[in-house]
Amino acid sequence: MPILTFLNTLFSRLGAFPTHVIREMGKIAIFSLKGFGFIFSYPLQISKITKQVYFIGAQSIFVIILTGTFTGMVLGLQGYYTLVKFGSEGLLGVAVALTLIRELGPVLAAIMVIGRAGSAMAAEIGIMRISEQIDALHTMDINPIRFLISPKIAAAIISLPLLTAMFDVVGIYGGYITGSVLLGINPGAYFSRIESNVMMKDITGGFIKAVVFAIVVATICCYKGYYVHLREEGFGARGVSMATTSAVVFSCVLVLMVDYVLTSFLL
Amino acid sequence: MAQPLIQFEKVVKSFGSNYVLKEVGISISKGEVTTIIGKSGTGKSVLLKHIIGLLHPDSGRVLFKGMPLLKMKRDERRLFKRKVSYVFQGNALFDSMTVFDNVALPLTEKTSLSKTEIGRKVREKLDQLELFNIDDKYPSQISGGMKKRVSLARALVTDPEIVLFDEPTTGLDPIRKHAVHHMISDYQKQLGFTGIIVSHAIPDIFYISQRIIMLDEGSVIFEGTPDEIQADQNPAIQEFIKGIEVLQDDLTGMGLQVQGEQRFNEEMDRLQRFGIPFSIILLTIDNMDEINRSIGHMAGQTVMKDFATHVQKHLRIIDSCSRCGLNKLMIILSGSNIERAKIVCTRLSIELSGNELVDIEPYPEFCFAVSAGFMEVQKGDTLGDLLAKAGSRKDMGYAFRIC
Repeated sequence: MPILTFLNTLFSRLGAFPTHVIREMGKIAIFSLKGFGFIFSYPLQISKITKQVYFIGAQSIFVIILTGTFTGMVLGLQGYYTLVKFGSEGLLGVAVALTLIRELGPVLAAIMVIGRAGSAMAAEIGIMRISEQIDALHTMDINPIRFLISPKIAAAIISLPLLTAMFDVVGIYGGYITGSVLLGINPGAYFSRIESNVMMKDITGGFIKAVVFAIVVATICCYKGYYVHLREEGFGARGVSMATTSAVVFSCVLVLMVDYVLTSFLL
Repeated sequence: MAQPLIQFEKVVKSFGSNYVLKEVGISISKGEVTTIIGKSGTGKSVLLKHIIGLLHPDSGRVLFKGMPLLKMKRDERRLFKRKVSYVFQGNALFDSMTVFDNVALPLTEKTSLSKTEIGRKVREKLDQLELFNIDDKYPSQISGGMKKRVSLARALVTDPEIVLFDEPTTGLDPIRKHAVHHMISDYQKQLGFTGIIVSHAIPDIFYISQRIIMLDEGSVIFEGTPDEIQADQNPAIQEFIKGIEVLQDDLTGMGLQVQGEQRFNEEMDRLQRFGIPFSIILLTIDNMDEINRSIGHMAGQTVMKDFATHVQKHLRIIDSCSRCGLNKLMIILSGSNIERAKIVCTRLSIELSGNELVDIEPYPEFCFAVSAGFMEVQKGDTLGDLLAKAGSRKDMGYAFRIC
């Protein structure tokens, strides 16, 4: 009998973690589907979505320009010194552009949005949960997912591809500053190589990634805030702070993981 | 017996190993104010949250007009929810919305009313609750009492049939506390909603409730009228009521009804043993509702406070004066027969009329319409009967106005 008890405990402990992970994944999937589905429910929440586009998109422009410029510049610098060894510095433009359009643009724009808007979403919804504001919505028969989450997901889907595009363009000009202005590559060669080598498929792939990242970021950040009261550790303000941290970390990791999966399909 | 509006049948609710509700069975009738009392952590708020559907029972059923809430179809549940409003203990106002938007939210989201109509309704509720010039303020910019009233306005703006109040007066000062009780009582009379209140404000809450339910460690230990609970001999109930009661009414500074009853019993004992007579006078402010409507509930309570202070000034030290209702004061005149009671009553009316009665001048031609019922107590009379007689003005007393 002690052996049976031991085995029972062993397997239940071993199984607890995967079960928890699968349950969480299921909950996130349902939450995401509901949030996405309610975007199209009537009446459309145009005004709320517009406000969120301003918050997630417009207010992130400065940080995107800043990070985009320096990412492009550093890519230009690193790329130049690598390519010059092979005498192919003329390919710098296309190297910078493809790296940005295919990978760094969507990923870094998503990470910037997580840092600037995702953490704010998790904290805002978490505070609404612990101060019973979400319960108040329930009592008024207002669906909190439709009212709070859907506009954020919709706004992220609209904003992130635009921010990615901005990041790409600014990054390409950043590469131009280092490559052509500072290191002397012919500007015509820099841009003409981009024009001839960047395919529509690359751009579409970048945008697909941006849309998927938008759903991932908005869903995870809102989910962590929405269920802050079900956390096993950390309640109240501490719970919200832990949920915000976990939202940022989890969504960053997930963006990189999803990026790998998408890349393997898109290539 | 009429079908209860809301019914709990053997409802059990636990959080982990902590059983909060243990086979709770209660009935709530339509159009009544039912108050749930009990120590903290006995499941009062949990019980309330089962009605609105924020929590669901582990076992047992919650029924609305005989229909289990969990078996309702989506449309039925939606319809039910529209009939119910909830006033949260911590107000649960949306802190990123203005006061106006907070109150308007249930209308903007769940009705197809025009903006103008919504604006009119919201304005009307805010005015009724004396919330002026704060439309554009955020909840963090207004006081605790205002927040409470904003949350009350939000709950009442949809004209609900059932309103659930989770400790509506916690953290309010005496005047505001009494004003909120008056508001609940007034709106309940005006709108006819069924009120379910979780409260610790004993005995004030007894004045406005028709039924009291007491929970203890997750079980119902009392269900009945306010008079019945005060007369109940269960030590747990008495210990709770006496333990929570304050020594004097915090608004008027007078004794409480229970102390008035004690004094009445002492005087009755003296009357029966030694034949020493005593009389009672019941002062009722008849136009309290009008005063509240004209100058607002807050100012109405200030008026009540001032009136009580003036009455007390004109009594002898051996007389006792206690509050025994939202707008009633009871005076016990020790060693006085009916003649003396009549003299005291007349003198009170003259002296009170001659004074500047209230510190504030609420509105032109302001008057207290006070009816004073007086009676000499006979052996074997009960306080309840006398108060009823005084209240109905049968065979006793007369009315006077103090302006």
